[in-house]
Amino acid sequence: MSTQFATQERVSYLTQLLNLRSPANSDFSEIRDRAAVWLQELAIPTTRDEDWRFTDLSSLLDIQFQAPPKVEISPETIAEFVLPETAQSHLVFVNGKYASTLSNLEALPEGVFVGNIAQLSAQKRDRLGEYLAQQPGNEEVFTTLNTASLSDVAIVWAAKNKAIETPIQLLFVAATGDAPTLVQPRCLVVAEAHSSLTLIEQYTSTTAGCPDAKGDRVYFTNSVAELWVADNAQIEHVRMQRDAGNAFHIGKTAVTQSRDSRYTCHAIGFGSKLSRHNLDVFQAGEGTQTTLNGLTLISGQQVADTHSTIALNCPNGTANQLHKCIIDGSAHGIFDGRVCVPKAAQLTNASQLNRNLLLSPKARVNTKPQLEIVADNVKCAHGATVSQLEEDEVFYLQSRGLDRQASEHLLVDAFGAEILQQIPVSSIGKILSQCVSCRTYLT
Amino acid sequence: MISKDSDIILSVKNLTATVEETPILKGLNLEIKAGEIHAIMGPNGSGKSTFSKILAGHPDYEVTGGEVIFQGQNLLELETQERALAGIFLAFQYPIEIPGVSNLDFLRVAYNSHRKHKGLEELDTFDFEDLVEERLDVVKMDASFLNRSVNEGFSGGEKKRNEILQMALLEPSLAILDETDSGLDIDALKIVANGVNQLAKPENATLMITHYQRLLNYVVPDFVHVMYDGKILQSGGKELALKLEDRGYDWAIEEHEAALV
Repeated sequence: MSTQFATQERVSYLTQLLNLRSPANSDFSEIRDRAAVWLQELAIPTTRDEDWRFTDLSSLLDIQFQAPPKVEISPETIAEFVLPETAQSHLVFVNGKYASTLSNLEALPEGVFVGNIAQLSAQKRDRLGEYLAQQPGNEEVFTTLNTASLSDVAIVWAAKNKAIETPIQLLFVAATGDAPTLVQPRCLVVAEAHSSLTLIEQYTSTTAGCPDAKGDRVYFTNSVAELWVADNAQIEHVRMQRDAGNAFHIGKTAVTQSRDSRYTCHAIGFGSKLSRHNLDVFQAGEGTQTTLNGLTLISGQQVADTHSTIALNCPNGTANQLHKCIIDGSAHGIFDGRVCVPKAAQLTNASQLNRNLLLSPKARVNTKPQLEIVADNVKCAHGATVSQLEEDEVFYLQSRGLDRQASEHLLVDAFGAEILQQIPVSSIGKILSQCVSCRTYLT
Repeated sequence: MISKDSDIILSVKNLTATVEETPILKGLNLEIKAGEIHAIMGPNGSGKSTFSKILAGHPDYEVTGGEVIFQGQNLLELETQERALAGIFLAFQYPIEIPGVSNLDFLRVAYNSHRKHKGLEELDTFDFEDLVEERLDVVKMDASFLNRSVNEGFSGGEKKRNEILQMALLEPSLAILDETDSGLDIDALKIVANGVNQLAKPENATLMITHYQRLLNYVVPDFVHVMYDGKILQSGGKELALKLEDRGYDWAIEEHEAALV
């Protein structure tokens, strides 16, 4: 009886969230309607759902969210988020809506479209149906909510054979008022055959200069990014999530890779009150390479959850995943990574490792690396480690004249560096490595 | 180099220490003056490595009695990094690997912590690189070592050379070499020993902890001490090491026990 009541509450809560969507735009009415029908069968997950076992969304249900207010923010507010490498190649969305005056695309080379849906050429618009809301796993509840609420989309589209050297930054800013706000950013990235691009997808808020400062604003970002990597194309993808202290963030990254394509994700999460990253990669062609690097940095009472799936469906695919968590205070990290190797995926080479560094006695982590192998001629490895700073390492550094705090900082930095050093946009690695030690010693 | 009026660098009196309540040091006495090279030899488990870690301030050991005076200061009151800044350097038996931190950055941070302590301006990356490249020669290291992560993937010999490089940069008053020779082939041993000899000056002192006499052919000690069961049994000149090599530690232990009866 009580369970049924709870389920009912979770169904109607979802409907309330759906009702916050803006009126339909003819581009999306069909997609939205289809998703809205699915949504009727869905509910906000409970910890009895295997996928949400360690991540309790109950605190979300206590909050009455509203549609985002119309806000004008100044270029100065976002200036600090714009990278030197993307000064003239960044697209800004505020509360899920394209902000043309804050965007600057002057340095974009020929062969790539970056803009919102309204700017898309008729020709590309005709092909939108092949890509938008077409990724496997679309029926997941929060992805469905985002799709049913579609109103604007950030689009990056690289033409066939074009190697785009200039990194492209998609900056999604939550600019909320006093009332709790639901923000649902969406982006679509298409790399046509033999093209290559570097993408920085960034979620942040205007609450404070350094998003680590305690923010009292409550908002809920429910984002979806769909990436299509065509034959022999390549995407280097940096996903950075830095939200205010009281925010909820649920983000989906869905990637489909065609034959011989290369996809690398650098997912950096600085957490929020509760954050979740669902990262799904589907290898849909032979000889596909997938690399997933991730770093989660949390402290205080934060909960940060990464759920990833790499589905290898064809022969000769490779998948390498390294996800690291640095957990301080009473924060709680969750990692659940699946690598699926069905019969068809012979000669797969897959590795998955989750490493966790706990900096305080109350920090905790749940980790679940999973290999599901049916194919019989493959090379696969997986594992997880949980450790604290080694006393002998600290002693070594102290014996060279560093004080205890400096020694610990250096070791924490070193733990994160393995991920940060691989980010292809150098300023990001620099900015973030400064944040690693700053962040973990805030509490 | 022994000189009667040299300053006392280290004075250890009746030192006792435990690890997890097991006594390891049981009344150790030692005095080291400027310009001197000392060697402590002893069988496994005699407490000689423990002694070196206690001098450097390892938190696992508890000093239960006695005193250690280092250049007039009560060493036991100082934190690990304060001892380092005061001029104690321990070359580790097993140097720690730190993936993700470049050797150059690590050396610079360590060097600058000493500069800062002395009230000197910290060196920037470029000036430091010049300095470190000049010191590389002490241990015949290639500059490419600087860009690798600290000790990560280094061979045993490379790790020990990296320890001596740190010593060359930090210029300690007392260098303690903990089993620096173990695991080294003869070529690496010569390089390391040559580095130690270059760095030994009239104003500093060196304490070698070793199980084998071999190192002492290359770094010739002024004093040799035999350690057993947490104490120094016998002290002598370099000839004592040869005697030990020849007759083994049992001889020294038996002689000691006979004297007790």
